Amino acid sequence: MISSKAIIRLTSLISIISWVAMVFTELSIVFSDKNNLDSGFGNEIPKVALSVFILSLFVFFKYRIEKAESVNFVDLLWKVFVTGLITTIVSLIFRLFLTLLGNTKLSENVLFLEFIYLINLGLIASFLISTFIVWKRLILYQKSKFLLTVWQIFEYALLISLLAAVLPIPGLVEMEKFYMAFLILLGIFLSANMKWVAYLNFKQKWKSILLILLAMFYLGYFVFTVFSLSEDLSRISPQFLSFTSNTFLVSLICFIFIYSLFSLLVILFNLPTSSVFEQKLEEVVNFQRLSQSIQTEQSEERVYEILLESATSTVFADATWIEIFNSNGPSKFYTHKISVNEIQNIKSHINSHKVSGILEPSSDRSRNLNKYLSTLRSSRFRSILAFPIYVKNEQVGTLALLKDVSDGFNKEMSKIIDTFTNQAGISIENFRLLSEALENERYKEELKIAKRVQSSLLPKVLDHGVDYDLIAFSEAADEVGGDYYDTFRINKNKIALIISDVSGKGTSAAFHMSQMKGIFHSFAQLDLPPKEFLVRANTALSRCLDKASFITTSYFVIDSESKRVEFTRAGHCPTLYYDSETKKASYFQNKGLGLGIIRNEEFGNYIQTNCFGYKKNDIIVLYTDGITEAKDEKGEEFGYDRLKEFIEKVRDKDILSIQEDLISELYEFTGSKAIDDDYTTLIIKFT
Amino acid sequence: MVDIIRTQEGEYEVIKIIGEVDASSSIELDNAISEAVSGGGKKFLVDCTSLDYISSAGLGVFMSYIEEFKKQDIHLILFGLNKKVANVFEILGLDQLLNIEENKEEAQAKLG
Repeated sequence: MISSKAIIRLTSLISIISWVAMVFTELSIVFSDKNNLDSGFGNEIPKVALSVFILSLFVFFKYRIEKAESVNFVDLLWKVFVTGLITTIVSLIFRLFLTLLGNTKLSENVLFLEFIYLINLGLIASFLISTFIVWKRLILYQKSKFLLTVWQIFEYALLISLLAAVLPIPGLVEMEKFYMAFLILLGIFLSANMKWVAYLNFKQKWKSILLILLAMFYLGYFVFTVFSLSEDLSRISPQFLSFTSNTFLVSLICFIFIYSLFSLLVILFNLPTSSVFEQKLEEVVNFQRLSQSIQTEQSEERVYEILLESATSTVFADATWIEIFNSNGPSKFYTHKISVNEIQNIKSHINSHKVSGILEPSSDRSRNLNKYLSTLRSSRFRSILAFPIYVKNEQVGTLALLKDVSDGFNKEMSKIIDTFTNQAGISIENFRLLSEALENERYKEELKIAKRVQSSLLPKVLDHGVDYDLIAFSEAADEVGGDYYDTFRINKNKIALIISDVSGKGTSAAFHMSQMKGIFHSFAQLDLPPKEFLVRANTALSRCLDKASFITTSYFVIDSESKRVEFTRAGHCPTLYYDSETKKASYFQNKGLGLGIIRNEEFGNYIQTNCFGYKKNDIIVLYTDGITEAKDEKGEEFGYDRLKEFIEKVRDKDILSIQEDLISELYEFTGSKAIDDDYTTLIIKFT
Repeated sequence: MVDIIRTQEGEYEVIKIIGEVDASSSIELDNAISEAVSGGGKKFLVDCTSLDYISSAGLGVFMSYIEEFKKQDIHLILFGLNKKVANVFEILGLDQLLNIEENKEEAQAKLG
């Protein structure tokens, strides 16, 4: 493909060549006719050259104007004006030259006149065609398919008329008048498309009127010049070929004139209403600003400021204020040309007239308060319009608009401001949602840290005695939980063992868990009886747990010398015990109370110590409620019975296999990898 | 997902808990009880017949009021707990601190 630049260069070259060719052939025809010589050129050659000239001009301007990026209408009209100006100046220079010559011989010379005529013809042709292309852009602004088709018909019809002037088709001459009428009618039809006018503002409209008037003037000047010249010429030289009857040029002149006239009238009649259009446009822009403000401006204040500005400029208010209520203190005011003092005066005046709620929280309607304001002597305002601002169905403030004339607001204005306040409310709501989302993100980050802390609190290695094996497993749910287990060697034979579940989740649970670890490692080394351990732990925790938090715990002391286990339960899940002699598993049903539930010395009354001797192959299973409360798809819990049956089934396996089987059984039961609560188990098997 | 319905029946107020009380919905339960207590009433029945599940956070709500009930001489009786829910109260030991009855009649009798 040839680039558009190359096309522009090529067509300008062709147009110059064809014009020179036309001038040369035409002049030689006229010259030889005058001197009764044979020029050797057919009469149709200048016509062909003119057609080529027009055609190349057409392509030239098509690429110059039509492909230009700018859609600014005034710029387009400016182009018409400039082309017109240049061509007119060139034409005027020749006219001046002609006038200066006066009645000399040269001015009477037919060849010279012919030359000037041809120059003017070239100029008018370029002006017409450039204007035609601009009109095309204007007419086809916001085009429909139908309009485009009509326009194409028009263009092809013009092309045909151009060809018809060249090709010697018989019978065409008679048809020419009708054909021209057809073209003009089509031009009138197309001239009805003026959508672009609506998009001009007041100033642009004035500019456009001026530019179009000038374009019409140029057109008139050219038509006059060319026609008068051709008339003069045809009187002098019978051989002269007049182009005034050229269908193409005449139709084009008519079309351009008609469209100019139409546009001029339409713009003129649209002048008084343009302020309304402009206002509407500004409303749309303001509306957009409000809704976009949240993406660019990072504060609610900015939204209120934009609301204030937009509302003020849209209804031409003389003063405006926005009051944002604050439950903990005085309201915040955003004002435009009014002081807070004056606002308070107006508010108290309106309140004293028992118009309750309008400027206060919980009013649900906007109301015109003009009649109340008129009684306020000291005020400079005569109209007031107030709107509530809602965010998430809660009134956060009011917008009040004031004018110094009575009945200054109409229904239209009130509707617009209503949408503005709604939009502002939505913007604020979005802004808050966005902040919340960011907050959540930060919270998730904190949880990650808490989770790391929590897993570091669990022991890597467990102490255990000579006659039993011990294994523990813990898997945290997505949220940070508070499961904890640990062991402590009290002496050569005694091991203390703990399992805990901190109520609640998240960072606070992780903190309480670390407190529990501190308590365990401090008190376990004192070799306290299990009950005493819990009482002391409760006393210690009472000071640091928050009101609704508690910790459930089971505390064991295993003595390998006496082969006895002593333990207490503080609200923790009952311990599962498998007796290798009866080959039955059962839960210990001793009394207990969660740590932190009663925060005084009475706590000890609710704790009962259990004690039992163990033998080879007995199994103890400690666990947290995440295990028994694990749910399957139907919502049924894993439960105590399933756990009991499970242990009876796997009793002969070693503890590693028991643990692995239990985990796989749990996951099989829940049917998913995602767990709701922490899974923690501690399995002891005596050997 | 919990619904809490409060109704005044004679000299006592009935707080009916419907659904599941987990970590997030325990806040609603807390609000309901705190509103009920601040209303000045001294006698409350907590209807748990439609309570399907209660998490440790839910238990924490009841626990946090035990001291206050004692101090202000407020009588709050739970009734109609299903087996699973009752078990949760028992394991934690809350059954020793709260008044829990089989059904409404027994709870009413206890209130006097």
